[in-house]
Formats: sequence, structure tokens, C-alpha cells
Amino acid sequence: MNTAPLSSILPVALRGRPAAASGPRRSTRLPPWMVSWFQVGPLALILIVLFALPTTLFLIVSFYDYDRVGIYPAFLLDNYRELLTTPATWRVYASSLRFAFIVWAITLFLGFNIAYFLIFHIRNNITRTVLFLLCAIPFWTSGIIRTIAWIPFLGRNGAFNQLLMGLGLTSHPLTFLLFSDFAVIVTYVHLFTLLMVGPIANSLSKIDPALLEAAVDAGASRWRTMVDIVIPLSKTGITLGSILVFTQVMGDYFVVRQMSGGQSASIVSMLSTEIQAMQYPPASANAMVLVVFVAILVAAMMKIVDVRKELVK
Amino acid sequence: MPASRISDKRPWTFYALATLFGLFLLFLYGPMFVIYVLSFQGPNGGVTFPMVGTSLVWFREVFEKGQMANLPVAFGRSISLAAVVSMLTVIISVAAGLGFRRRFPGSGVLFYLAVASLVMPSLLVGFGIGLGFQFLGWQPSLFTSALGAQLTWTLPFGLFAMFAVVNRFNRSWEEAATDLGANAWQRLRHITIPILLPGIIGVAMAAFTLSYDEYARTTLTIGPKNTLPLEIYALISSATSPTLFAIGTLTTGVSFLAITVSLLVVLRLQRRRGRTLAKVG
Repeated sequence: MNTAPLSSILPVALRGRPAAASGPRRSTRLPPWMVSWFQVGPLALILIVLFALPTTLFLIVSFYDYDRVGIYPAFLLDNYRELLTTPATWRVYASSLRFAFIVWAITLFLGFNIAYFLIFHIRNNITRTVLFLLCAIPFWTSGIIRTIAWIPFLGRNGAFNQLLMGLGLTSHPLTFLLFSDFAVIVTYVHLFTLLMVGPIANSLSKIDPALLEAAVDAGASRWRTMVDIVIPLSKTGITLGSILVFTQVMGDYFVVRQMSGGQSASIVSMLSTEIQAMQYPPASANAMVLVVFVAILVAAMMKIVDVRKELVK
Repeated sequence: MPASRISDKRPWTFYALATLFGLFLLFLYGPMFVIYVLSFQGPNGGVTFPMVGTSLVWFREVFEKGQMANLPVAFGRSISLAAVVSMLTVIISVAAGLGFRRRFPGSGVLFYLAVASLVMPSLLVGFGIGLGFQFLGWQPSLFTSALGAQLTWTLPFGLFAMFAVVNRFNRSWEEAATDLGANAWQRLRHITIPILLPGIIGVAMAAFTLSYDEYARTTLTIGPKNTLPLEIYALISSATSPTLFAIGTLTTGVSFLAITVSLLVVLRLQRRRGRTLAKVG
């Protein structure tokens, strides 16, 4: 690899030491903050051009006028008014929020316990890595395929019903398993639990086990150690995982459409129908409302735990 | 002896959590096994049980250009896009991770911009970029709009992973290198990068996976030529056949292979480092 361009992308910090001590090297030193700017520059550029600008763009378009032929610059609040006065909008938001809360609670319970098990109960590093990878491997198969994998599993003649009937637990196949809210929740949990395990395990691995032994020595019960030491020290991971799971469910496009059997809709699938119909202004208004909603949720979670202080030291 | 109670005998919570973990793995792999079995469905079988004989027809279908989808070509596109995304993500997020080690004007704004980009509903990112291209009169394509849309997702992920990696990095290594007369490039090449390497490999793998599997961001920014997830989606909405399951079986097989290879590489790196340290010590 040619080294010259890489070094210009990655100028490592030149620390502010007396020039005399650094010997014959170049004396033209950049101030540390400027070195940082060079290092984060590409990231900043990409996020501004490909994230901030497009978001601003659909903020602007959300006020536009439109008809069947095209869209026209304007400043109208009609798109928002129409959206917010439609009962369907509120229904979809309510159902998405309900899904998000249920899935969040389940993935938090599973994610925390799995991370705790892997970090504190598994003592061998290689075993831990292998168990982590076992959790990660299904993640490598397309999410779409993992979603529809539930159809032959939960269906009327599916594997799960066969198993239940084989064991004599039920005489008729259970039908509520597929194309229902139940199926949607199961699929979400299947897809997103790993997003909770990762950040929590990262937080837990920073806790010194001696701290837990000290707590037990001082007479704390297992429960008190958990509540007073482990949970407070892993709150960054819990918050990050919660943010990821919550926003993934709120931004879901595919699972509800595929697994609810048409009984529920998701915010984004509603939006994509408008995009396909080329109704960009109402789609933009819809998008803006969702963005603001998600932003408020995330800001609230980050208000509870200062993720930045914990991450960037 | 309270200390030995912790470190020697397994408490009941160990067995409870081990059971939970085992059940979770069952939950994780249960439907996957159904996929694996059904991918060997006979030529007249469908996407659900019962099995109608066994065959490898559906695997052959994966490698052929079908009426509905051209999977091999789409796979090629997905892989090359994922490789580019992974490479860019590593270079940019490692640099940014190092840059974030000290406060600089605008660090707060950039941090929250990255958070916002991470939590933004995926389809909306693609919508915004697609809209932008439309306004500019540009044609969306694989290595322009789709690449950009995926970077808004992999870069914040890479950055957050790098925070975790960089936090564990002891800066005195770098200071020692400077004191010994290393210049900035030598220090990066011989000290910083090698120490961070396992973390960097992790970021590369994560970015590759995220890109390879990405659907919602790509769908509105890809233009006329689909990536693999988009072809799969097209297959689902037209006619479902066990071909999809054959893709799942193949993906899992390849994943196992790739994970084994990278695990061996990491182990070798660690062993080599252990040897070097032993030599130094």
C-alpha cells in the first residue's frame, strides 16, 4: 500500500513538548486541536454531506406543495396538518411504541443476563469468544431471510406446532403464532437482542471483579451487589443498547409488513407507500415527525445517562 | 470464607444464567435450522413443511441467473460494496477515534451528529440522499449514493467501537516511542496501529456485515442495479421458493468459514505478540 496518502489522512498527534527536546525534527507543529480536526475531518465531511444536508432537504420539502405531476416550492403547513389529523397516524405511532416498549423490555432482560453470564461467569477467554461468536453467526445471514425463517417455524404445519403436538401438549395446531403481534415481537427479539448484548458486555467487562468480591466481603447480598454496583456501572451500555433497539423498532420497515399478516403497519412502511407514489412532500412531513419523535426519545435517554462522558474520555 | 464462595463454587445463579443462555441459543438457531433443512427441499416442495423429497435444486438455483433475480451478479455487487464500505469505515473511524482522544472545538457537535446518524430511521437516510440526487439531476448508483447511504450507518458504528478500543489504549506507549525518537508516521505504523489491530479488525468485520446485510438505506439509493438483500426482497414479494433458504444455508456456511479464519488470524496475532513481548521481557 502506498503510505503517503494514508499518513496525510492520519496525522498522529504531535504533542506540545518543548522544541529543544524533540531534536532535529520539523519545528512547524500544528496545535493539538487542529491535528484532531484533520483526524475527524473525513468523518465530519461525510456526516454533513450525506446525513445533515439530506435531512435538511426533506425538512424543506416537507413544506412544499404537490400534485400528481410534481412538487412545487412553497411554505405550507398542510402536509403536517393532514398527517397529524389523520387517526391512522396516531394508531401507527401507538402500535410502534407499544412494540418498541415490549421488545425493549425483553431484549434488555435477555441482553443484560446474557452479557452478565458471558463476562462474569465464563472464566476462560476462548470459551467466551466462541460463545459470543455463536450468538453473532445468525446475525450474518440476511435479516430478511432470518425474518421469513420464522414462517415455516411458527406456521400451522410448522416445526414448533409439530413439536408441541408430538409432545402431546396440544391437539390442534396453534394459529396465533404466525401473522400476529406475537410473531412480530418474536422476530424483533430475534433480530435485535444482539444489539443489547454488545454494548452491555462492553460496559460489564470494564468492571473490576475485585469490586464485587469487596461488596460480598462487606456483607452485601447478591441482589444488593447487582442493584448498587453492577447496574450503575453498566448504565452506559444499557443506555446505548436501549437506544439501538428502540430506534431499530421505530424505524422498522420490513418486519411488521411481513409478520403481522396485515394487521399492523409500521411508520416507515406507511411512509414508503407515499414515497413509491412520489408524494414527496407528505412523505417528508411524515419523515420529519418521525425524526423529531426519535430525537426526543434518544435525547431523553441520553439525559438520564451521559453517554458521551463515559465514552469519550 | 466469602472470597472462595465467589471464586470457587459455582453459585446457583450460574446455572440459572447458563440455562437462559442455552435457551437463547435454541431460540436463535431454531428457525435457522428449519431454514437449513428446508433448503434441501425436493424440486416439487415449497417453503413450508412437509418435505417433498430431498434435492440440491435450490442451491443450483442460487448460482443461476433466474427470471426474477440474478443472484450471482447481485452477490458480486454486495461483496464489492461491502469491501469498499469496510475499508473506508476502518480508515475514517480509526482516524476519528484517535482524534476524539482530546477535546477540540466542535467535538460535541460532531459526537451528537454521529449519534443522530446512527439512530436515524434507515429508510429516511436513503430517502434524503435519493431526494438530493433527484434535485441535482444525478443518477443514483452503487458506488455513489448507495455507498454514501451505507457510510452514514457504518461510520458512527465504527466510531463507537473505536471509542471502546481507544479507551483501553495506554498513551504512554506513544510517548515512549516519541521519546525514543520516532516520528509521527513511525509511531502510528509501529506502535498505535499494531496495538489497536484486533479492535480494527473487529470494526472492519462489523462494517462489512452491516453493509452486506443493509436493506432499508440502500433501497432508495441503489438505482437500477440491485444488491443481494434487494434481490432477496424482490424474490420474497414475487414468488417464495426454497431458494431463499438455500441462500441462508450458504451464508451461514460461509460465515462459519470466515469466522474461523479470522479467529485463527487473531489468535496468531496474539501469539506472535506474546512471543515478541516475551523476547523483549
